[in-house]
Amino acid sequence: MRRSRKLAALLTAGILSLAATACGGDSDNGDADDPSTGGGDAPSSDIKVGMAYDVGGRGDQSFNDSAAKGLDQAVEEFGMEPQESEAEDGEAETAREERLRTFADAGYDPIIAVGFAYAASVGKVAKEYPEVHFAIIDDASLEAEPNVASLVFAEEQGSFLVGAAAALKSEAGHVGFVGGVETPLIQKFEAGYVAGAQAVNPDIKVDVKYLTQVPDFSGFADPAKGKTAAQGMYDAGADIVYHAAGGSGGGVFEAASEAGAKAIGVDSDQYNTADPAVKDVILTSMLKNVNVAVYEYLKSIADSGGEEFPAGVTTYDLSVDGVGYSTSGGFVDDITGDLDEFKQQIIDGEIEVPTAP
Amino acid sequence: MTRLVTLGLGILAAGLALVAAFAITSLVLIVAGDPAGEVWGEILSWPESRNLTNIINNATVLYLSALAVAIGFRMNLFNIGVDGQYRVAAFTAAVVAGEAWLPGYLNTALAILAAMAVGAVWAGIAGLLRASRGVSEVISTIMLNFIATSLVAYLLRKAAVDAEGSNAVNTKPVPEGSRIGGFSIGDGPGEVYGFVFIAAAAGFLFWFVLNRTRFGFDLRATGRSTTAAVANGINVNKMVLATMCLSGAVAGLVGLPILFGSQFSYGSTFQSGLGFAGIAIALLGRNHPVGIALGALLFAFLDEQSNPLQILVGVSPDIVAITQGVIVLTVVISYELIRRYAVRLEQQRVARALAPSAPTPPPTSGPSGEAEEVKA
Repeated sequence: MRRSRKLAALLTAGILSLAATACGGDSDNGDADDPSTGGGDAPSSDIKVGMAYDVGGRGDQSFNDSAAKGLDQAVEEFGMEPQESEAEDGEAETAREERLRTFADAGYDPIIAVGFAYAASVGKVAKEYPEVHFAIIDDASLEAEPNVASLVFAEEQGSFLVGAAAALKSEAGHVGFVGGVETPLIQKFEAGYVAGAQAVNPDIKVDVKYLTQVPDFSGFADPAKGKTAAQGMYDAGADIVYHAAGGSGGGVFEAASEAGAKAIGVDSDQYNTADPAVKDVILTSMLKNVNVAVYEYLKSIADSGGEEFPAGVTTYDLSVDGVGYSTSGGFVDDITGDLDEFKQQIIDGEIEVPTAP
Repeated sequence: MTRLVTLGLGILAAGLALVAAFAITSLVLIVAGDPAGEVWGEILSWPESRNLTNIINNATVLYLSALAVAIGFRMNLFNIGVDGQYRVAAFTAAVVAGEAWLPGYLNTALAILAAMAVGAVWAGIAGLLRASRGVSEVISTIMLNFIATSLVAYLLRKAAVDAEGSNAVNTKPVPEGSRIGGFSIGDGPGEVYGFVFIAAAAGFLFWFVLNRTRFGFDLRATGRSTTAAVANGINVNKMVLATMCLSGAVAGLVGLPILFGSQFSYGSTFQSGLGFAGIAIALLGRNHPVGIALGALLFAFLDEQSNPLQILVGVSPDIVAITQGVIVLTVVISYELIRRYAVRLEQQRVARALAPSAPTPPPTSGPSGEAEEVKA
């Protein structure tokens, strides 16, 4: 009894003194946000870029990181002043809206929303701040808003090429596709992949498996699920599996390595980013250059001196290298001729790639 | 007089907990090399009216969640399944309201009833397993959460409607006439959910049923001591089932302020994890409707700080989660300290009342208070 009282007294005293020091610090740096950034050697501009990431944020080795790469490049070249903020898993719609409003109130213009989860909030906040400019990646539903630029990708075109590569390389005439979460977006990958494989070999067998269904987004971050799904396909006779499953793809590579088969990466050149132990199973990767889209968007703003902002839907497809395939590892060197022929046919419109399975 | 002392001690406990949480969080900030002063300056500045709106709205949702958890706590039932219950229920309400079989607010009422019924059934499964087979409701509700995730995911794909150019997956929107309007405070964008009144009514009913009815007495009695309840002729199994169903029915309301007040459909961006926040807030509010309201406001207030902290101060938003966790811990500890202090006060009073010749009385269990109830 007595001891607990002493403890309480001690705790209170300690807490009060700590709180006092914490408060003391406040008066020293009341509002110390002086914008002394211009270093002299780097170009400087007064464009402040607000970057609202999806769940995972910078450092997710995937989608967000690719957007961050584009931002970094623009900041380095044009001396823009960036600020970043990331979403929390399962957050309220109002939290996303507040993120955008906080950026807008603090003078950030443009504000880039990374990921289709921001669609509703960008639509709402863009109306509240008509003089601020927004960009949203992977969503084209806000075409009518005059101050919103929609940056979307022709994922089906890039997937078509890796699908063709899979069919050209497959000895079994049997390939697979692992999707992270069954959303319209990931279905675009599937549709292009299947079309590409069938363009080479009309009789090819394509196994398709999605790891989870919305609103369960764990399929993008569960390597164990990815491995199980891919193992099933290799056991059934497939010899190449393409994954569009974000972080779960690591499991697909592992399964390929154990089965002595091949896999295809997604978004970035995964031969360079995957675990070195499994990188030799990566035949090629479907490149979705989110960084190019972010960089190009910021570049056009910088080129106009911060006067003009792009708006409307911009589709990054094969013709502008918004999507493509990687050649690292040299596994597809013998078929690049065929693939580039397909690529040209798609650019010319001779082949129309479906966007839904 | 004693009531006043109890109230004073309660306030003291809460104050002590907040000060301790403040200090510990500051320590974390300093260790992490973040500007503690700036962080507190930002957190403690008065929110703008639009932030105030968000805080009240978020608190409304959290309040309902904590209320659902608290019903179970009052009977020593740990309903971890509020999370699954509200998601199944919100999805059901979204489908029912989206189909619009009835006009206007009749449609809203039908959807709310459907949500409560589905929530009650989902929780009732755990109640039934507990009552008939003795399965711990902690285990069964956790499992039911997983099942709820998969079930809703599967059904959502059947019910989803495609929007042109969008990658989001949503149910049919609730028709305009069935939405619950809000009211503005200040001049910022956004409105406070009209559902806040339904939540307040739920809080009042919670208090009334527990403290003023035979059922509430039975429930609390079973929570305090099962054997005593049995001796008094209370059918414990029936009470377990009824309490879980009631808890689930309230859990069914959790997602509805969002559904009818701002998002109008259920889909891939619907807020998740509300059930777990509810557990923390029920602990914080000591299972009392007013305490829970304060706890919900505090949590919503802290949640609202995560964006400004990141964008204006440059501190990781995880500091908000840390603060919330620390508050829950300090509250539990400080209530325990204060409870022991109150016990000693009581003993001293008894000692004084007895003859001065009598030595210190042997320690008794004393008025154990409500701290017992949260122990699950």
